[in-house]
Amino acid sequence: MFQAKEYVKPASLEEAYRLCQKRSSVTVGGMMWLKMENVRKQTIVDLSDLGLDQIREDEKEFQIGAMVTLRMLETHEGLNKEFNGIFRECTRHIVGVQFRNGATVGGSVYGRFGFSDILTALMALDTEVELYQGGRMPLAEFAARTPKVTERDILMYVYVKKDHRKAAYLSERRSSTDFPLLACCGAKTLWGWQFAVGARPGRAEQVSLRIKAGQIERKILGEKGVCWTAVCGISPDKNNSAAEALAEAAASAFHYGTNLTGSGAYRAYLAKVLTGRLIRQIETGEESTDR
Amino acid sequence: MRTGRRFNGPVKGNEEEQKFNQRAVEEHGGKLVGAGVIKKDAMALVTGKPVYTDDIAPENCLVVKVLRSPHAHALIQDIDISAAEKVPGIECIITWKDVPQKRFTLAGQTYPEPSPYDRLILDQRVRFVGDPAAIVAGETEEAVDHAMKLIRVKYQVLEAILDFHEAKDNHILIHPEDNWKSLAPVGADNSRNLCASACDEHGDVDGILKGCAHVIDETYHVKANQQAMMETFRAYSYLDTYGRLNVVSSTQVPFHVRRILGHALDIPKSKIRVIKPRIGGGFGAKQTAVMEMYPAVVTWMTGRAAKMVYSRYESLIASSPRHEMEVRVRLGADEEGMIQAIDVYTLSNTGAYGEHGPTTVGLSGHKSIPLYRSKAFRFAYDVVYTNRMSAGAYRGYGATQGIFAVESAVNELADRLSMDPVVLREKNMVRQGDVMPAYYGETAASCALDKCMARAAEMIGWKDKFPCRDMGNGKVRGVGVAMAMQGSSISNVDVGSVSMKINDDGFYVLTVGCTDMGTGCDTILAQIAADCMDCSYEDIVVYGTDTDLSPYDSGSYASSTTYLTGMAVVKTCQVLREKILKKAAEYLSCSPDDLEFDGKLVRNLGTGQEISLKEIGNRSMSFNEDALSACESHTSPVSPPPFMTGMAEVEVDLETGHVELLDYVAAVDCGTVVNPNLARVQTEGGLAQGIGMALYEDVTYSKTGRVYENSLMQYKIPTRLDVGKIRVEFEPSYEPTGPFGAKSIGEIVINTPSPAIASAVYHACGARIRELPITAEKVCRKIHPEIFKD
Amino acid sequence: MTLEFQLNGKMVRTEIQADTLLLDLVRSLGCFSVKRGCGTANCGLCTVMVEGKPVLSCSVLAARVQGKNVTTLEGLQEEAEEAGRFLAQEGGEQCGYCSPGFLMNVIAMERELVNPGEEEIKEYLAGNLCRCSGYMSQLRAVEKYLNRKGERKCGQEDASMGR
Repeated sequence: MFQAKEYVKPASLEEAYRLCQKRSSVTVGGMMWLKMENVRKQTIVDLSDLGLDQIREDEKEFQIGAMVTLRMLETHEGLNKEFNGIFRECTRHIVGVQFRNGATVGGSVYGRFGFSDILTALMALDTEVELYQGGRMPLAEFAARTPKVTERDILMYVYVKKDHRKAAYLSERRSSTDFPLLACCGAKTLWGWQFAVGARPGRAEQVSLRIKAGQIERKILGEKGVCWTAVCGISPDKNNSAAEALAEAAASAFHYGTNLTGSGAYRAYLAKVLTGRLIRQIETGEESTDR
Repeated sequence: MRTGRRFNGPVKGNEEEQKFNQRAVEEHGGKLVGAGVIKKDAMALVTGKPVYTDDIAPENCLVVKVLRSPHAHALIQDIDISAAEKVPGIECIITWKDVPQKRFTLAGQTYPEPSPYDRLILDQRVRFVGDPAAIVAGETEEAVDHAMKLIRVKYQVLEAILDFHEAKDNHILIHPEDNWKSLAPVGADNSRNLCASACDEHGDVDGILKGCAHVIDETYHVKANQQAMMETFRAYSYLDTYGRLNVVSSTQVPFHVRRILGHALDIPKSKIRVIKPRIGGGFGAKQTAVMEMYPAVVTWMTGRAAKMVYSRYESLIASSPRHEMEVRVRLGADEEGMIQAIDVYTLSNTGAYGEHGPTTVGLSGHKSIPLYRSKAFRFAYDVVYTNRMSAGAYRGYGATQGIFAVESAVNELADRLSMDPVVLREKNMVRQGDVMPAYYGETAASCALDKCMARAAEMIGWKDKFPCRDMGNGKVRGVGVAMAMQGSSISNVDVGSVSMKINDDGFYVLTVGCTDMGTGCDTILAQIAADCMDCSYEDIVVYGTDTDLSPYDSGSYASSTTYLTGMAVVKTCQVLREKILKKAAEYLSCSPDDLEFDGKLVRNLGTGQEISLKEIGNRSMSFNEDALSACESHTSPVSPPPFMTGMAEVEVDLETGHVELLDYVAAVDCGTVVNPNLARVQTEGGLAQGIGMALYEDVTYSKTGRVYENSLMQYKIPTRLDVGKIRVEFEPSYEPTGPFGAKSIGEIVINTPSPAIASAVYHACGARIRELPITAEKVCRKIHPEIFKD
Repeated sequence: MTLEFQLNGKMVRTEIQADTLLLDLVRSLGCFSVKRGCGTANCGLCTVMVEGKPVLSCSVLAARVQGKNVTTLEGLQEEAEEAGRFLAQEGGEQCGYCSPGFLMNVIAMERELVNPGEEEIKEYLAGNLCRCSGYMSQLRAVEKYLNRKGERKCGQEDASMGR
């Protein structure tokens, strides 16, 4: 059972940041996961009075506050219109409406949980995060960092660029509101494709693909120099071969492991199947839904 | 909190419910039996009134928790509680040295229990991860939690048996103790890790199987399942004015709890009273006295009121789930598909303790084999101890496991013969009037299984849908079928009793000893009583259950309440009617033989003289020495099976193996349907649990014996998005030994989904799954063996 | 610490701990309709409304409702009776333990969604687990409740459902 002695609701980010520098303090987002942890803390730092509970939109991007709930993402017209409904699709399986009224975007992103649908969806878009101290950085870079106790920054905003990409989201679950066994999000951009696969069961990672001179080139964050490398060619005679080759190139970019919900071998296979479906879905312009 | 109401007026809402009930009764020809009236307690429940154990517990209860073993098998060498005892607010810490050393069982069964006496409140030997090592009671949860962290237990860790295939005759003994004992001849032997073992045979099974054109020989595996009732285990206790131990518990078996606590605490049963308030679901889980002994021993030792509420975590790691069973079926048939012989061997895993071990296993054969008219059968079993959480009773009680196996084998036979499984069953199924050798030689006096089959086939459109339809998008829809039976009470054992009395103005109080756990038995019994007394539903007040006040009843389990306690109501009402006539005869100065009672008036048919029940009720309270009350018991030499057919339609994604249940239909013969609404919801609910078992629910263990599925995050009971569409119809037969022709419905309804869904999946994609649950990955591996070569 | 908030329309001033959960607080204030079914935010039994939105009180710090409106079923007795009666008429409440949380969310759904279809209803209520009923009676009750004024196009009631 989570225990704490003191509760503070800072009125400024500065104060919040100062308060959460102590190891004995803990920042709460939606409280969904924290309350189950068997930890004792001195101070709860509540970020709910800092105006971080808004989604703002301009011509270039969306600014999503860390305290925006998953339900707000799910029902936000602008986000869903821009990205073909993936924000509805990546949230609606998460437990239930009451849960999504509590859980926050900041909790999902900062926690960098392996099972996170939200992280998976955001990773297929051009997404940045803004930390109080660390400033703005690509989400993929932030997500690649393993959360540490020593890391005591505050996530303020998530920014999603409006870059005219078409997106789709799919997941496999044992039951409809379970954690994903595998979560896949894909997007077709002006320069190629971007995919993210989460719940492998490790946390979501992203891969970029482009086709150049009959070759699929791949870029994975963290690989040497983060440059484009050719992975395979596409044979133009077979039906669907481009989609299949892309799916293979995307799915094979990641490692897959075994946990309660599924084996690594099944996940690896499923990643290819779901990625292929994302590509077809995006090409044919269907909305994300598993119904 | 309460909205203001006029003191004088009727409670708002009552009139509406009465109107609804009257309409339901009118639509049913004026009879209560068969009318879908609203449950007696419904409005209190839906408006959230404080009626459950934790809502009514006194505020000053000590908080009771137990410290649990992290080891699957160990001996406690030493427990140091000195630091923990000093925590402010700690009232007592109890270890194995402080409790009686006479063994008992927690199984809620009639004495002498078939389950072995293998328990102590706390034992020096811990036998599964989660087995209690100490009981801690204190003023606040914080104090208790703190103290638990300060208790130092020194364990001598022992080798454990986690795989139930290795348990029998293993050199590691789970219960080596000398005072272990088995009260009944169930083939138990603690020196072999056997909780029970037996074989039952009829005809020359091996000879007949040898001569069969087709023999299916397969093994099916049903894992443990959690009942996962929404209200976890809980109880509180206190000493009353007379120094007696009062225990208020969320239990299905108050009278058994009284006896069990008497044994556990080694005190006279006269010192104990058990009260059951409203219960938030049971499904068999609360047919084991999982935790009443912990607050009880605290109260008995300290004199203080004490309360224990199991967390969901505790309810999933240290409770009473379904017995894991592996069932081998050999099924022989001739060229035409006439089933000749059925041979069933069940290996059952009772875990660390033997609650319900010897009895659940029996149903795996005795309630699966009799579905068919085979010439011969054999049913053998072993029930073994392992270092896993103790198993218990869960709706279906072994029949569920056996029916998954036998019905799956029958489906495999149909596929082998290229025969429609409906046709195969029509050729072989048990019919009304049949003697069932594998069902203790009982005769199926009421059986509409054939009609259930026809009706279910019609409901789902079997002819058009069997075996499958390719949807052209990589998805194929398949259908599957299964039949089921259960019993209605335990023959020659269970006792149902009620008492009923007439009060001022002539209303009745019906005091029951069975336990409504949401099933609606208080309502069902009131309906039966109302028809017996020719009165309205509102004239019957139902009270239960309190071991000091209620007449003895075995409790609500084994599908017994409607059938058995219902019959006790019929008998009690007969006696009460006679008493009414006798009293009226006295008041009217005539012979009771001249009188007729229509529910409101007693009339002298000759003279036309009348006296109302109201007047009798009021007059009997003055200068009267005849108690206008009656109390009758009922027991039954037979246990008439309800029958049913279930059919599933699934859609399988051929690439991913994902199975979506689209439609589940069921036609049920539960005899006379006493309340169609409640019977329907019982069926829909049981089917949903069966669907959960078939597709989602799993209990798995780490190598060290820890349960992985220890929260509702991991243990996935179905949501409303996971059960497809469930449709239910009734095909009532008339059971001559039941009240108004009724049999049972509580348990049978969980039995068909697993085999029907497994068969539907096979018909859709050719993946034969013999181990539950049927997950996408298992299906996918069967469809694409070339991809998964490991 | 001291907390002031509106509980079912009445101002409450009470002492709490920093880590007190809203579920435990409202129960201690007599709102026994609010149940803990799982403790891991999966079951929906502890549903209450904060500022009109349905949330899981097992996952809300009591301190967070400072100055806010909290509603439990005790504060919605008329709606509970009205909606609950439809459930009772189906026999769908069964053990009743999940009914308050379920009805809280049904009431919230009616306030939030405009004329929802069957799938929308099921999805909105998916976070409310029930182990007794198999959900069909709940759906029948919700359809009838939403259509109680006869204005709503009722979900295709299949002839084989509910005789």
